[in-house]
Amino acid sequence: MIEVKSLHKGFGNVEVLKGISTKFEPGKTNLIIGQSGSGKTVFLKSLIGLHTPEKGTIEFDGRINTEMSSEERRQLRQEIGMVFQGSALFDSQTVEENVMFPLKMFTKQPDKEMLERANAVLKRVKLVNANKKYVAELSGGMQKRVAIARAIVMNPKYLFCDEPNSGLDPQTAIVIDNLIKEITEEYQITTVINTHDMNSVMEIGEKIVFLKNGKKAWEGSNKEIFKTDNEAVVNFVYSSNLFKKVREAYLNETK
Amino acid sequence: MLSQVFSKPQRGRVFREAISREVEELGSKSIGIIAFISFFIGGVIALQTALNLENPLIPQSLIGFAAKRSIILEFAPTFCSIILAGKVGSYITSSIGTMRVTEQIDALEVMGINSLNYLVLPKIIATVFFYPFLITLGMILGVFGGWIAGSLTGIFSGVDYVEGVQMDFDPYLIQYSIIKTIVFAFLIATIPSYQGYYVKGGSLEVGKASTQSVVWTIVIIVICNYFLTQLLLT
Repeated sequence: MIEVKSLHKGFGNVEVLKGISTKFEPGKTNLIIGQSGSGKTVFLKSLIGLHTPEKGTIEFDGRINTEMSSEERRQLRQEIGMVFQGSALFDSQTVEENVMFPLKMFTKQPDKEMLERANAVLKRVKLVNANKKYVAELSGGMQKRVAIARAIVMNPKYLFCDEPNSGLDPQTAIVIDNLIKEITEEYQITTVINTHDMNSVMEIGEKIVFLKNGKKAWEGSNKEIFKTDNEAVVNFVYSSNLFKKVREAYLNETK
Repeated sequence: MLSQVFSKPQRGRVFREAISREVEELGSKSIGIIAFISFFIGGVIALQTALNLENPLIPQSLIGFAAKRSIILEFAPTFCSIILAGKVGSYITSSIGTMRVTEQIDALEVMGINSLNYLVLPKIIATVFFYPFLITLGMILGVFGGWIAGSLTGIFSGVDYVEGVQMDFDPYLIQYSIIKTIVFAFLIATIPSYQGYYVKGGSLEVGKASTQSVVWTIVIIVICNYFLTQLLLT
């Protein structure tokens, strides 16, 4: 479980995160949503340690970020898997090498075992016959699968995804969403997803945190988001006519 | 930055693989251009020297002697390093810069990898250890190019040229040249790495950083060349 308490982060005079507190539970897909500039990316980067918060704490199963030694922090990072918005795969390496990279860096397994593990996770993300391909030879959806495979190859306790669906067609986006949800449940990972995609909110949002102007404006599940009367959430989530109608239909059905 | 660069590599095997990859990218792939330029510039230096020594009282062996000195002292270490700063410097900045803007460096950091150490130290080791060989090759081919130029044009005799090359041979000049090369190799690896690592923005900024890194590397090589010459030869 990840528990965030009163997190503050700014750049110069601009305060981006203004005291966010929330909890992310294991085995659940936790979504962070909000308008561009609401602080989602800074929040996610603060969670994974790419930004150092000015105030507040982040607790990873009892380990508080501000109280950890550099060795403990290094250890924690090996328990984190991250899927970046642009996949961030190493383009000088093949698919197989990308997935094996964390194993090469942090384990002393023989090559054969590393290869078996890489093949197992590639099979898990349903990517076959692409082991020897370079990143540039893959489609966007395939790149996301490789990024997920690389993120889970070390059996992480925490999985972070920054807009995993961006740039993907709706069908592939749903496949990636379902894959992340399945993996989260299967390995009981604490998964935090930063997204703009309202399909993801409806489909896999077991817990949703809505950020507005660097503050938590609302949190709840994808069921609760239909019923909320929080104006900011309603305006953001139901900005398209399609989702407005879906909400109306849901509310009529449950009356 | 330097303390992180020179910290102990996290995994010896991965580090050795990175070094051999960098030796190939930054060293082996530069052999062709250094050999080609050294050979022809060596020929030009010898021809220019011959054409400017018309006094019959000056022995023709002086052509070989002057060409050898010019090549060993300045052309091979300094001008070849400037050529390498252009070729390798832009490659280093654009490759690290692209990794920065496509979040590949963030991915390394999230995994708990010291990205500066992983990306920069193998480049420093590859250039510092490989470039002395490359520059020595440049010296040999430059002197050889001078001999070929004389033999083909008939402006000076090959025998006199070889006599001049062998005349007053001072091994310290080779040492001086190698010391300069090692310093320049360090600059060629570090300045472009710095420019690439701290780039912000997108592909346009990566392009600008590449240009800037080449300019800065050349400027600093030229300044260091002056001070090293004063320090080591006077």
